[in-house]
This record gives sequence, C-alpha cells and structure tokens, in this order.
Amino acid sequence: MIRDITIGQYYPANSVIHRLDPRVKLLGTIVFVVTVFFISDFIGLLFATAALGAVIVISKVPLKYMLKGLRAIFILMLFTVLLNVFLTPGEVIFQLGFLKITMEGIVLAAKTAIRLVYLIVGSTIMTLTTTPNHLTDGLEKALNPLNKLHFPVHELAMTMSIALRFIPILTEETDKIMKAQQARCADFESGNLIQRLKSLIPILVPLFISAIRRANDLAMAMEARCYRGGIGRTKMKPLVYAKRDYIAYGIVLIYVLLWAAMKMWL
Amino acid sequence: MGMRLEHVSYIYSPDNAFRKQALKDINLEIHDGEFIGLIGHTGSGKSTLIQHLNGLIRATEGKIYYNDQDIYASDYRMTDLRSHVGLVFQYPEHQLFEMTVLKDVCYGPKNLGLSDDEAKKRAKEALTMVSIAEKEYEKSPFELSGGQKRRVAIAGVLAMHPDILVLDEPTAGLDPKGRNDILDQISSLHKQTGITVILVSHSMEDVAKYVDRIIVMNRGQVFMDGTPKAIFDRSDALESVGLAAPQVTYVMRCLHSIYPDMPMDATTVEEAKTDILKYLEADK
Amino acid sequence: MGIIKAAKLFYDYVSKNEHDEIEDVVHAVAGVDLDIEAGQFIAVLGHNGSGKSTLAKQINALLFPTGGTLWVKNMDTSEPENMWKIRQTAGMVFQNPDNQIIASLVEEDVGFGPENIGVPTKEIWKRVNQSLKSVGMIEYSHHSPNKLSGGQKQRVAIAGVMAMEPECIVLDEPTAMLDPNGRKEVIETIRQLNKEKKVTVILITHYMDEVVHADHVYVMDDGKIVLSGKPKDVFSQVELLKELRLDVPQVTELAYELKQAGLSMPDGVLTIEEFLEAFEKIKGGE
Repeated sequence: MIRDITIGQYYPANSVIHRLDPRVKLLGTIVFVVTVFFISDFIGLLFATAALGAVIVISKVPLKYMLKGLRAIFILMLFTVLLNVFLTPGEVIFQLGFLKITMEGIVLAAKTAIRLVYLIVGSTIMTLTTTPNHLTDGLEKALNPLNKLHFPVHELAMTMSIALRFIPILTEETDKIMKAQQARCADFESGNLIQRLKSLIPILVPLFISAIRRANDLAMAMEARCYRGGIGRTKMKPLVYAKRDYIAYGIVLIYVLLWAAMKMWL
Repeated sequence: MGMRLEHVSYIYSPDNAFRKQALKDINLEIHDGEFIGLIGHTGSGKSTLIQHLNGLIRATEGKIYYNDQDIYASDYRMTDLRSHVGLVFQYPEHQLFEMTVLKDVCYGPKNLGLSDDEAKKRAKEALTMVSIAEKEYEKSPFELSGGQKRRVAIAGVLAMHPDILVLDEPTAGLDPKGRNDILDQISSLHKQTGITVILVSHSMEDVAKYVDRIIVMNRGQVFMDGTPKAIFDRSDALESVGLAAPQVTYVMRCLHSIYPDMPMDATTVEEAKTDILKYLEADK
Repeated sequence: MGIIKAAKLFYDYVSKNEHDEIEDVVHAVAGVDLDIEAGQFIAVLGHNGSGKSTLAKQINALLFPTGGTLWVKNMDTSEPENMWKIRQTAGMVFQNPDNQIIASLVEEDVGFGPENIGVPTKEIWKRVNQSLKSVGMIEYSHHSPNKLSGGQKQRVAIAGVMAMEPECIVLDEPTAMLDPNGRKEVIETIRQLNKEKKVTVILITHYMDEVVHADHVYVMDDGKIVLSGKPKDVFSQVELLKELRLDVPQVTELAYELKQAGLSMPDGVLTIEEFLEAFEKIKGGE
C-alpha cells in the first residue's frame, strides 16, 4: 500500500502537458480544484469530467497509474461516504436499527466521493507531469513577490524539491525496515491501539536515523557542489512563457468563463 | 528435511505497467547443514528468492515446504517459519533501534514469546558467537563501529535460534579485514552448530573459500547449481551472465593451457599453491 | 608545486562533555605530507576508520585543517575566501549513490553544480551534455535517478562534478556500495576521464584491484601515511597490508605464497600476465 502513493511522483512522458510552464499548471490545478467544489448537477459533472478526461489523454500518463494514487486514500473516502450516507437527514429509503439510509445521503455521498476523486486526480496530474524541480521553480517564481517581505522563497522551494525527491527513497526504506523487523517476528497487526503504536517504534527509530544520515550526506554533497543558497545562482531551465503557455492560459480562462456562464444561466 | 521449492514463480505488480516477473519456475532443495552460496548480479532475483524462504513474500505460483510442511497451508503459522529461517538483510545495522545492544538482540526472542531471562540468555549467546564483548552490551548500538553494528544485527537474528540462516551480502561496505572476520565467524558457526547457511554474495572469491554448493541465479531462474569446482569449471557460462570465476581459477587455467599436466580446478589461493608446488615437485 | 600539496596536515575530532570540557581528541588525520602532480591517478587505501575520508573532505574544503597546511592549486584551504574556488577546483564524489543526487531528473542533477556557481544558462546545457556524454549516460538525461542502477547513479554523480569543470576529482569510496559490474563501470569511467580529460583523480577505496593501474598509491592507517609508492612497490608488502586490515588481489597473494615456499617469484605481481611470465622463467631456469 505504501508503494501506491503517486502524489508527488513524476511520470516521464513526452506530452504538451509535460512541457507546459509549471505556473500555468499550478493555476490550472487551482482553478480546477475550485470548480470541482461547484459541481452541483449532472451538467457540471459532465463538464468537469470532460475537462479532466481531455487533460489525462493529452498528458499520456496511463489512467491506471493515476488511479493507483487513489488506493492510498481509499479508507478516507470510504469513511466520508459512509458518514454521508448514514448521517444525512431526509427521505428514508432503507432502515436497519438506528442506521438510516436516505436518498439525500446517497446523493451527497456520491457528490463527495466524486469531488474527492477529482481533487486527487486533478492535483496528481500536475505532479505526474512536472518534475519536482520544475514545480518548485514554478512555485518560487510565483511566490517571488514574497521575497520582498524577506520570506525565504528559494529555501522553501529547494526544501520542497528535495523532500519530493526523497519520498520514493524513504518509502522503499520503510518497506525494507518493516521486512527486516518482520524477519525478527515483529507483529504489526495484532493487539490494542497502544500495543500497535508501540510496535511501530522498531520501524520509526531506524527510519528517523536513516533520514538524518541521508540529510547529513546530502547537505555535504550540496556544499561540495558549491551550493550556497539562492544568491548568485543561475538557472538551467529558466521559466520563460512559450506560445503554448499563453494558449493554455487562454483555455483555462475559457473554462472559467464557461463555468460562470453555466452558473448564471443554467 | 530442510526446504523444498516447487515451481515457484513470483510477479511484481501483476496488474499494471510495472509488471515484472522476478522469479520463474524455481525448483530447489535445501538440505540440512548445507553451506550454500547464492550468486547472481543485481536484479537476478536472488533477493526476491530469499524473501520467499521465510514467507516475507508469497509466491504467485508454486509451493514451498519447510520440513515437509506446506508453508502456504491455512493452518501454518508464519511466525514459526520465521523463527526457523533467520533472514539477515543487506546493511542489517540499519534496523537497530533499541537503547542498548543487549536489548536490541532480545527483540527477536521476545517476539517469539520467550521470557526476559530466556531472551537475555539467548542474546548473550548470540553476541558471543559474533565476538561482541560483554563490555559493549549496555552501550547504545549507535556508538559501535560499522563492523560491530553489523555483527550485533546478525546476532539479533541468531538469537532466534534459526535452523537456516540466510544472509544477504553480509560483507557489503566493510573493509577486507571486517569482511574476513564476519565470513570466518559464519563459517565457524556453521561448523560448530551444523546450521544451514545460505550466503548471498557478489564475490566469487569469498564464496569459493567457504561454501560447498553454489546456486547461480539469472533473470529469475536457477542458472547453475553445483559444487564450486563444477560451477567455476564452466567460467564461460558464468561470463555469459555477467559473472566470473575467482581470479585464481583463471591463473590456473592459463597455466594449464601452457603446461597440460598442471591441474586447473583450484578455486582458492591455498589450493592453487598446493597444486603448483606439487606440479613442480613431480616435474623434477 | 603539485596541484595538491599537504605539509604536516592534521585533523582532530574533539568530543566535549556537557560542561564544554574536552573529553577526547582523535587525530583522524595526523601529520600527512602529500605532493600530487596534476593529471595523475592517485589511489588512497586504508581500512574503515583509517582517516582516508577525513583527508578527502579536507581536499574539498568541507573540513578545514586543525594543524598543518593543505594547498589546492596553491590556494590555502584554511583561508575562508578560497573555499568556493577550491570546491570548484577539486570536486567530490561520495560513497552513497542515493544521498548525493539532488534533482529528480538526471540532467537537472548534473546542472545543479553549474547553477550554483552562476554559469549562464546556455553554457550550463553545453556542460551538462558534455559531461553526460563523457560518462556514457547521455541517453539517460531525461530519466529519474531512482530507476538507475548503482553504477549508473555514481556515473551521474561524476558527471555532476565534471560539469563544474574541476581540475581534480576526489572520489570517496565510490564503489563500496556497488556490485561487481557497477564497480567496473565506475572505475572504467574514472580511468577514462583521467586519460582523456587529464583530470587529476584521487580515488579512495579499500578494493585493491581498483588501484592496480594507479600512478601512485598511498596507504593510510591511524591518520598517517604508512606506505606509499607505485602499485608494484606497495603490493609487494603483502604481510604489512594484511596487518593494515587490507587485502591483495588473488594473483598477488598466490605469487607471494609461492615465493614464501621457496620459488623465485618476483615481488608485487599484479596481473595474470606478469604471473605467467614469472612462472615461465622459473620453469625455464630449472
């Protein structure tokens, strides 16, 4: 399950979406996420689905790979759906003891589930098609005005990009440590909550130590390669808008306008 | 008795783009008291294979029997298997977590449900086997040197009294002396207790010196299986899968091609020396 | 004066107790003298804890001498204003391939160094492509480092250093975590860079077979250089090397053992060819 986390992972492919300026993708994602919360009827759903579907197809990332990321949040989704189904007051269509299932509950649960899925898939597309470095470059540039307020924008961006690079390494490491302790007959599954939490210590301590060791090594390697913060640094891939980026901004704008029109007249 | 693998196959992520057949139709028999070298380059499936032996990975197909019991039978307890088949992972010192050396080694025995006293007794025995002195018992494992940490981690598995000890590259990253120390200790443990040892290694030189059977893995299959002499005799086949016989075997082979009476099957420096001296003696 | 020169170089690790009193002083590097000519392939051998890594980090100005002096291309490493120039002149490759790759794309990682020293964008691309070509990794420029083998990761790390156009590369046990094929890849890459690009190489290792081709070998123990010379001279000291927790290639050991048994084998046999030649002489001389 731990391997199923695809958020923050990059999927290399050669598509227009991959080549887009990260700032466009950031804005696009934010816009999409906001509109997903406005889905209230079937037409809105259709519209959002069409937009999402089109982007997925263009991005050339296999749908299966994207959906894998959903497995990690399955429990959360199940939980919200169940809450909605059982706790929404309204027209009762099925009753078992004190548990009531209402028509409104089913509708609300479906809406919530769809929103959650679209939210995750939407933001996953951004990370799958943007290298962490590119993504943080985009963030850095988008947040640049904050620099004037002495907000450490470059440092924040660098920290994020390193964190993203080490997610797969540390998940693999967790897997290894878990197996090593299981080979010593560790039991992570039985017992009450306290016992279970306690059984995590043999995983967390080595993981923590390893993370610190890696951080030390990495800091030294960065220093050895003359890293000294953002000052005086040049960019290998400076962010410059290309024609496709303006077109993409245009499409995002049209998307927003269509939503607005729909909300007003339908 | 021992371990038996029948038609074992394993596929990673069978239902998506990262699908990869890691093991293909493995048939093996591991007998009690053997000292086996498991060889193959990275990605040959040897790490996946050894994780099958203690049930950490479940075969997608095939059967595994430990002492004639099907380990996939519904009433078979994996904890039992894991206490009989001790697996020492690569860089095992990265799993240490306790406040003291002794406590860390007690972790396995305690998971088996042993009493504190019994666990401590076993831990001390295991630490003695790997030559960790008593004055280190109450130290934090993180204060020890790299080689010592590694030996403490191995003791952590030994303390569970396994019948089969599997070690995944126990010498990786150690200096030559540290490497020899660990291999010598494993070898003497094998001789003294008769424990079955499976040593995963990249080094033909090491393997030739210690084991009495070599299993060569390639692309998820058993490529060769035999005595060191029989395996190294086919050095061209080894080379075809990116491996090589020990350097000394090549020396002897070259000598043999010039002096046909020179035996060419030596696999260690010691054997080669004896063979050469004998040859020169007979020549006189 | 050579590109790297050390005079009575010391590095002490000082451990203090909670009252800030000195508890223990370890001389990790204890009075090392070095003089390394530009363009050479130098090997530094020593067991774990012999001080070889500490020496390496001093050359890269990651650690500063606590005694004596170290010059990199005539720059005193203890002068803070020389630090960045020194790090650019003497690049460094570390042991763990995962912990020195910063970016999530091979080419971006190679570009990291040049970005830091303010190389213009166009020039960065030129350097990145050149260095990736020189280590044979150009076809992987768009790959994620996570999917590469250990040997490939180390070659990317070497390219990352080469892109800063150093005159010297210090490699701190670059092959310790690799399998035999990875080790071969990395060593061949280093030798090629040394030959073709005339980069001075300082290879720190405890694998003896990797130093057979070096121009000069230093052996360290307890922070000191205890043996130094051509590989042949060093490898003739089989007993001493074993005392220093090191090892010799099997062919060297065999020749040594035969000599001990009374055969007239020369000292420091390094290759199978040399061994055969020596053996034929013994046979012929009978």
